[in-house]
Amino acid sequence: MSTEASTREPPSQPRTEGNSAEASFLTDDFLRQVMNVGEVDILVGLPTHNNAKTVGPIVEAVRAGILKWFPRERAVIINADGGSRDGTPDIVTGASIDDVRRGSKLYALRTLHAISTKYGRTPEAGTALRTILSAAELMRAKACVVVSPESTTVQPDWIQRLLRPVYNEHFDLVTPVYRRHMFEGLLMSNLLYPMMRAIYGVKVREPYASEFAFSGRLAGELVGRSIWSEESVRTSAEMSFTLAAITGGFRIHQVFLGDKSHTEHRASDLVAAIRRTVGTLFWTMGKNPADWMSAAGLQPLSTEGPEYELRVDPVRVNRKRLWQLFSAAVTDLEAVLRSVLSAATLSELQRIAKLEEDDFRYPADLWAQTVYEFADSYHKSVIDRDHILQALAPLFRGRIFTFLIENCNGTSAEEVENSVEALCFEFEKLKPYLVEMWRREVRIS
Amino acid sequence: MREMVVSELSRALRDIAQGAARFLPRLVVMLLIALAGWLIAYLLKVVVRSLLLWTKFDRFSENTGTSQLLKRAALPAPSELLGRLVFWIVWLGFVVLGVSVLGIVGLQDYVAHFFLFLPRLLVALFIGFFGLLAATFFSRAVLLAAVNAELPSPRLLSISTRTVIIIFVLSMVFEDLGVAEHTMLVGFGIAFGAIMLALAIAFGIGGKDLARHFLEKKLVHGEKDEREDELSPL
Repeated sequence: MSTEASTREPPSQPRTEGNSAEASFLTDDFLRQVMNVGEVDILVGLPTHNNAKTVGPIVEAVRAGILKWFPRERAVIINADGGSRDGTPDIVTGASIDDVRRGSKLYALRTLHAISTKYGRTPEAGTALRTILSAAELMRAKACVVVSPESTTVQPDWIQRLLRPVYNEHFDLVTPVYRRHMFEGLLMSNLLYPMMRAIYGVKVREPYASEFAFSGRLAGELVGRSIWSEESVRTSAEMSFTLAAITGGFRIHQVFLGDKSHTEHRASDLVAAIRRTVGTLFWTMGKNPADWMSAAGLQPLSTEGPEYELRVDPVRVNRKRLWQLFSAAVTDLEAVLRSVLSAATLSELQRIAKLEEDDFRYPADLWAQTVYEFADSYHKSVIDRDHILQALAPLFRGRIFTFLIENCNGTSAEEVENSVEALCFEFEKLKPYLVEMWRREVRIS
Repeated sequence: MREMVVSELSRALRDIAQGAARFLPRLVVMLLIALAGWLIAYLLKVVVRSLLLWTKFDRFSENTGTSQLLKRAALPAPSELLGRLVFWIVWLGFVVLGVSVLGIVGLQDYVAHFFLFLPRLLVALFIGFFGLLAATFFSRAVLLAAVNAELPSPRLLSISTRTVIIIFVLSMVFEDLGVAEHTMLVGFGIAFGAIMLALAIAFGIGGKDLARHFLEKKLVHGEKDEREDELSPL
């Protein structure tokens, strides 16, 4: 089989047109390594920060996937590290493909290179992704995949499933569909998915994906945009990336991967998650309103494998706490909510906040109306934008309480999906309300 | 005797007439200055108000909570208020200038003082305005953070934050104006110290079990068990 010396392509020069921005923020050492490797077919991006505990098996899975399904392609792993102190980059670059070969009896015809670069001392998703996109553009990669360094469920065939539609079928973005528990990813199922589907007309199940693949064309298009200094892009690159692909009219495809790795969450994570995802969505809507205002109807989106797969095994959830948090917050945050919501919506929220736990329901139409009014207030900056996002968190807990009640233990996956569909319908029905509100210069209560 | 009285009276009347003859033109000049000042002040008011409306200053004030504060105090919109403020400062300046033309010796010092005081008044207004904005912003930030962190009595925390900032701003304003600055400084020190002491006592004695639990959790057990049943949002 070919060795590294015999298979390495002659170093190709990085593109000269439009790459001044990349050249200015990439380190000289990284550029030198990129030029040494030259052009590639497949690029695997691995953004890391102190992931020594989990990154080893992921690199192994990536290498196995490349070895098995792309043995003839020129491939590289780009590790964009945010200042790890636990030796993460060494694990990524130190792993040998021979470790994989020995166990699998597979042979690569090309060398799988691994390059690591430290883009800063603190992790920043936007800069990590920008580094990967810049490398993809400089190396003229045909298909790229980003893998989360925390995903403990990554399998070698995920690489193939994500890359194949880009490499062979010329899709620009491939997003995953995961098998989840029905009560996991609730922000996704109760806000992001229904709202994005309603306003952009695209049924992307996982707009904030841990793993996704994209074409060199999309990478080249996005890396040249002047969005990278924006706060929402720097902190939530994955979401911005998906939204940019949707609004840019790129070809999108979904692929079922399997179980999503479970990470422990704390109460404070909700506000951070809302900032990263909902904040980015609201910001993008304000940036180019024509993109979503003109979108009519639901566009078809191809999906490989099931569109959803839910586990419905019973879990212990403290519902009472969610209800208490919602009811207390509606009272405590009255002054804030009065600035954000219309009088009618606020009065309805105040009415339901007074209901007893058994009677309490946060109906889908009221939830959709609330979210739309939050989006409009964010756009009009009625108060500080971060305060608007923070105020949404306790209301979301009220909605989650209702979702849990409606889909209590014993509910089938189809029934849960129907409940999400009903919510999507409410978001779609209220889109004209959002458009009308958005076009008014000031909020009329 | 009679002639003397008549002569004195006529001299006095002559002096009054001469004084009036000397004073009247100055009075007319003063009135003209005041009138011109009124016109200039009115024009400036219109310009400032239009400029603020054009830059959507009222919307900015609405966003920062200043408009709500003014409404509660039965005051007009910020653009109108600032317009009126400019009008009165400019017009009063012209009136005081006019008064100085009258040449009344005692008033000269007051006129000089007034013009020296004007910049300090403007700085005080500036401090007061941005201080109120800061109080609104930080009290809201505390309220939201407390609600999301599930802390007890979030509104009390928010109001306390607002009160402390407003006391601080007021002390700065009074110090700048030179009004009872020592009293305000001492008063602020006492009030701030009392609040801190009260909090320390309340936390140390009233909530000693809570304090112990909090410190044990932070230092001994780490931060692990915040919420075991928190659902994954993403």
